[in-house]
Formats: sequence, structure tokens, C-alpha cells
Amino acid sequence: MSGNREQVFPTRMTLGLMKTKLKGANQGYSLLKRKSEALTKRFRDITRRIDDAKQKMGRVMQTAAFSLAEVSYATGENIGYQVQESVSGQSRFKIRARQENVSGVRLPQFECYIDSQINDFKLTGLGRGGQQVQRAKEIYTKAVETLVELASLQTAFIILDDVIKVTNRRVNAIEHVIIPRTENTIAYINSELDELDREEFYRLKKVQEKKQNETKQLDEEMKLKRLAQEKAEAGTSGTAGAGAGASVENDDKTRNLVSTTEDDVIF
Amino acid sequence: MADKRTLLAVIGDEDTATGLLLAGIGQINPSTNEKNFFVYQEGKTTVEQVGEKFDEFTQERKDIAILLINQHVADLIRMKIDAFVDPFPAVLEIPSKDHPYDPEKDSVLKRVKKLFGE
Repeated sequence: MSGNREQVFPTRMTLGLMKTKLKGANQGYSLLKRKSEALTKRFRDITRRIDDAKQKMGRVMQTAAFSLAEVSYATGENIGYQVQESVSGQSRFKIRARQENVSGVRLPQFECYIDSQINDFKLTGLGRGGQQVQRAKEIYTKAVETLVELASLQTAFIILDDVIKVTNRRVNAIEHVIIPRTENTIAYINSELDELDREEFYRLKKVQEKKQNETKQLDEEMKLKRLAQEKAEAGTSGTAGAGAGASVENDDKTRNLVSTTEDDVIF
Repeated sequence: MADKRTLLAVIGDEDTATGLLLAGIGQINPSTNEKNFFVYQEGKTTVEQVGEKFDEFTQERKDIAILLINQHVADLIRMKIDAFVDPFPAVLEIPSKDHPYDPEKDSVLKRVKKLFGE
């Protein structure tokens, strides 16, 4: 318990600091927890969509492959070589990355756009099967769009995976390390301060006791002195002053009482 | 970082590459003659060549946003693909004509499955 605390000097100021720290840690914990939850929600959504998109991709690619088979049937030759050779310096199909913000995490979103000015394959299928080539082109363009969509989901998945890991690590660190340690430190400071308080109280009690004893002793001495004096006076002045003497003694007693209480005031 | 990445790249068999090139993803750098596609020929292309191309597309070239790779080609360099976890470029495994798509092998889907403990 006491082993896991910060090395601090137990004073009221440190106590205040620790309390602020605990408050901050609690706030940070709840914020991070909420962030992690929001990200996880998003993450689950994306994983589901990836699954769907992968299935869709399988179908789309199959259709595309079929359309290509139609092309080779119609043209009667393999157009692969011709297509590869007529690729130019600029691609027709381009990707633009847009960024989307999910609770502070930037997720890329790929967008494709087609530069319709560029057409590399004017001559492909010129002799035969031009229609099929055109169709294959369209189908493949659609397929690539699906692929781009899938790629952005996948990238978001990878980034979110990392971010969620980091956030959860932080949440756990705050929950299981920082908060208990700060609480321990606060408990330690409190117990030390209580200990000091008790010591101080005991010391004051002791001082008070001693002072009381002293005044008691002083009172007794005074009383004895006065009695001796009175006896001596009675011996000289006779019985006439006896009544008056008694009243004086009474008066003195009350005065003494007052002085004792005055001595008592220490605080 | 993502702004400069505008291209798709492909590593795949001839049919896949042809189809994707027809869609217009191809680009050849006029000065260096660098292509953003690589045709894998069964029996002719070695695993090392595929690995080299994969490294080139994923690490050296900074203008590729998405790398498409046929799943049966990806199987050859599975170690490399599993080890590649950067968000850019996105590596996407696609089916080919002769090899139907198997979700069990896909690196990303494997991660999805692992996360949900299936």
C-alpha cells in the first residue's frame, strides 16, 4: 500500500497538489474512456463494412474477369501486351485522399476521379471487338472504384486499430497506475498530518497539565502564607477583627480563582 | 503526406493487370521509365522479384496510395505482407480469374478475425 506512492514531503501544500492531480487524472480518465468508446464504435462499424465490401469485391472482380474474357474472345488475340505498351505518362484514374475527423483521429478517405482527357487505349480493339473493350473498360472502372472504397476502409481500419490501442493503454495506465498511486499518496499525507496533529494535541495537553499543577502549588503556598499571617494578626488584634478577617479570606479566594483561570488560557 | 499519393499500383497476373490498366490506372514515368504495374507470370517470375517489386511500391515510391495485389501472388510473399502494417500505401488483396478469393488468407481479414476472437 504505502510502497506504491510518490516520494513527497507530507505537507498541506503537497496534499493540495495531490488532490488537484487526482481530480485531473479522473477527468482525463473519463475523457479518454469516452474517446476510446467512440473510436471503438466507429471501428466496429468499419470492420463490418470491410467484411461486406470484401464480399462485394469478389463478385465485382468476377464480373470484370468475365468481361475481359469476352474481349479476348471478340478480338481473337491477347490484348495484354498491347495494353501494357500503350500506357502513357499520366494515369487516367487518380486517387485523392480526403481526411475525415473522428474524435481527433484523422482518417484518410480515398476518392477516385477520372481524367477524361486521357485515353491511352484508342487503338485497342480497333480491328475487332471495340465494343467489348469499351464495356470491359467501364466494368473495370467500376471495379476499381469498389477497390478504392475498400482500400480507404482498410486504411481507416489500420489507423483506428493503432489509435485504439494507444488510447486504451493510456486509459489503463491512468486507471490502474496513476489514480491508485495518487490516492495512496493522499492517504499517506493525511495519515502523516493526523499523526502530527495528535502529537501536537498531546503536547498541548501536557503543557496545560504542568501549568495547572504549578498554579495549584502556588495557590496552596499563598493560602498557607495567608493563614499564618492571619493567625499572627488574630493573636495581636483580638476577637474583634475575626469576622472581618474571614470576609477578606473569602474575597481572596475568589480572586485566586480568577487568576487560575487566567493562567489556564494558553491558546 | 497523403496529398502526393495519387496513384494505384498493381502486382498481378496478366489478366488482372490488363483489366486494371484498361480502367486507366497505369502510368509510366517518361524519364525513368518506372511503371506502376508489375505483371506476374506463372513459372517465370521468381518470388524474389515479387518481393522486390512489393518493397519498391510500398517503400521507395511515395506517389502510390493503394497497392493492389493478386491473392495468389500475395501468398508468395505472405511474410512481407503480414509484416507491413503502415497505413500508406494501403495493400489490398484482390482475387484473380483462376484463383477464387479466400477470406481466410487475407492479412487484414485475419486481423479483423483476431480482434473479435473468432
